[in-house]
Amino acid sequence: MKQLRWLAALPALGMLVGPFVFNRVEPMVLGMPLLLAWLVACTVATSGIMGLIYLTDPANREPEEDA
Amino acid sequence: MNAALPIIALAVVVALGLGLWARAGHTMDMEQWSVGKRGFGTLLVFLLMAGEIYTTFTFLGGSGWAYGKGGPTYYILCYLTLIYVISYWILPPAWRFAKERGLFSQPDYFAARYDSRSLGILVALVGLVALVPYMVLQLKGLGIIVATASYGVISPTLAVWIGAGTLTVYVMVSGVRGSAWTAVLKDFMILFVVIFLGIYLPYHYYGGIGPMFEAIDTAKPGFLALPDRGQSATWFASTTLLTALGGWMFPHIFASIYTASDERTFRRNAVFLPLYQLMLLFVFFAGFAAVLQVPGLTGPDVDLSLFKIALQTFPPWFVGIVGATGVLTALVPGSMILIAGATLIAQNLYRPLAKNATDASTGRLAKGIAPLLALACVGFTLYGGETIVQLLLIGYAVVTQLFPAFFFSLWPNNPLTRAGAMAGILAGVAAVAVTVVGGYTLAKLFPGLPGPVQDLNIGVVALALNLAVAFAVSLAGGGARRTVRT
Repeated sequence: MKQLRWLAALPALGMLVGPFVFNRVEPMVLGMPLLLAWLVACTVATSGIMGLIYLTDPANREPEEDA
Repeated sequence: MNAALPIIALAVVVALGLGLWARAGHTMDMEQWSVGKRGFGTLLVFLLMAGEIYTTFTFLGGSGWAYGKGGPTYYILCYLTLIYVISYWILPPAWRFAKERGLFSQPDYFAARYDSRSLGILVALVGLVALVPYMVLQLKGLGIIVATASYGVISPTLAVWIGAGTLTVYVMVSGVRGSAWTAVLKDFMILFVVIFLGIYLPYHYYGGIGPMFEAIDTAKPGFLALPDRGQSATWFASTTLLTALGGWMFPHIFASIYTASDERTFRRNAVFLPLYQLMLLFVFFAGFAAVLQVPGLTGPDVDLSLFKIALQTFPPWFVGIVGATGVLTALVPGSMILIAGATLIAQNLYRPLAKNATDASTGRLAKGIAPLLALACVGFTLYGGETIVQLLLIGYAVVTQLFPAFFFSLWPNNPLTRAGAMAGILAGVAAVAVTVVGGYTLAKLFPGLPGPVQDLNIGVVALALNLAVAFAVSLAGGGARRTVRT
């Protein structure tokens, strides 16, 4: 599932393009200004997506190299 | 004398003790001192990388920016997250190459990949230009923290001297192993302190995080989003991207790659380090809480906002704990910078010129250089004045110029030649020097451009020039492609 790695581009795009779209304070989400809440969501999504990539990356399934 | 000072002193003593303890049972040769014998597991590398990037700048500057600038601060969260996304793919091949060849420093990597000592020397010089202001920033932060948390008993100047002295002793005794173990202590403390401050302050003063943001939004409409011009969305995106690319190019951060015992460590950390960056959110909350509570700080004083509000809210012993945490956030990256800086002077500036240098003699020299480098940084800290901010801007923009040569070195067929890589770096660095020293922005250079384009970070220009020159020279050189592959 090598194609999954392209998912990593999503949160990056969210962070780089998001400020053009969600650059506003209202409505507040979870008590935070909209822009901040969006960027926090992108950060959390990054961890999730990187986790998915890690689990499906064949490089991590080969036996561990000698340290 | 108050309760804060002994707590800060205790933190320094404990850090020194950890350094001594971390050294026990290890022979301090150069490989141990600079790169921890390449034996660190996932957790130590995690803390070392988190510790290097989570500096006094993030602690004081993150809250200071939230206080002084509002919305644009969010970029810190974004670029730190992106740094780790990139790391998943770029660190493992760099680590493999470094391990096979037994590299010690960042310039070693470039010198070995492009089979060119002169490129190594150039990268070492670029790295030093970037490291010194980074170190000065840590020392300045240390001075602010100790002076404030000691309620003025210790002057900033004295604090800088004590801090630099501690750092030097610490670095000479224990090397990077000590930094890693202090990072363990530091991260526990900072997690506790930052999350506590980020939640307690909004609740104490405003009755919650939501009410706090609403109060700020009412008092200063638009402050919590990006302005339409200046630090606008264009500025935000370009700055986030540039700093994310430049992040790994700082010599001390690059060198931390070498400490890992296996490459899977990096991929694992790429999953968890983004989540760890959410800690910044609480730094922002603390800074925002200060906006309406300790108003009136301007210019460089915004960095004091976190401590001003802590002083106003908490008893001295707790201010001491915040101060101790701040001191540790300066010690970890500070010690890494000293080690990396001293290693690259000895390994990449002195060694190519000394015919019969050995690993042992270079290692001894590196340890001898550490105090001199620390002294130079104290000099810049105390007498550099405001130019330091300027220097730091140059430092960040300058290291980013190493990224293209690094990036293409990972390709199976590197399109850049040795001459191309050098020419690109020189062109990029020159462009940075001219634009930053001259205070040029895109708006000043090209007044005809549409507004949003003018807000692009000026570093984009230098990077574009770097790439153009690197490719032009590489193509002109034709068959001279000689990147070393693994």
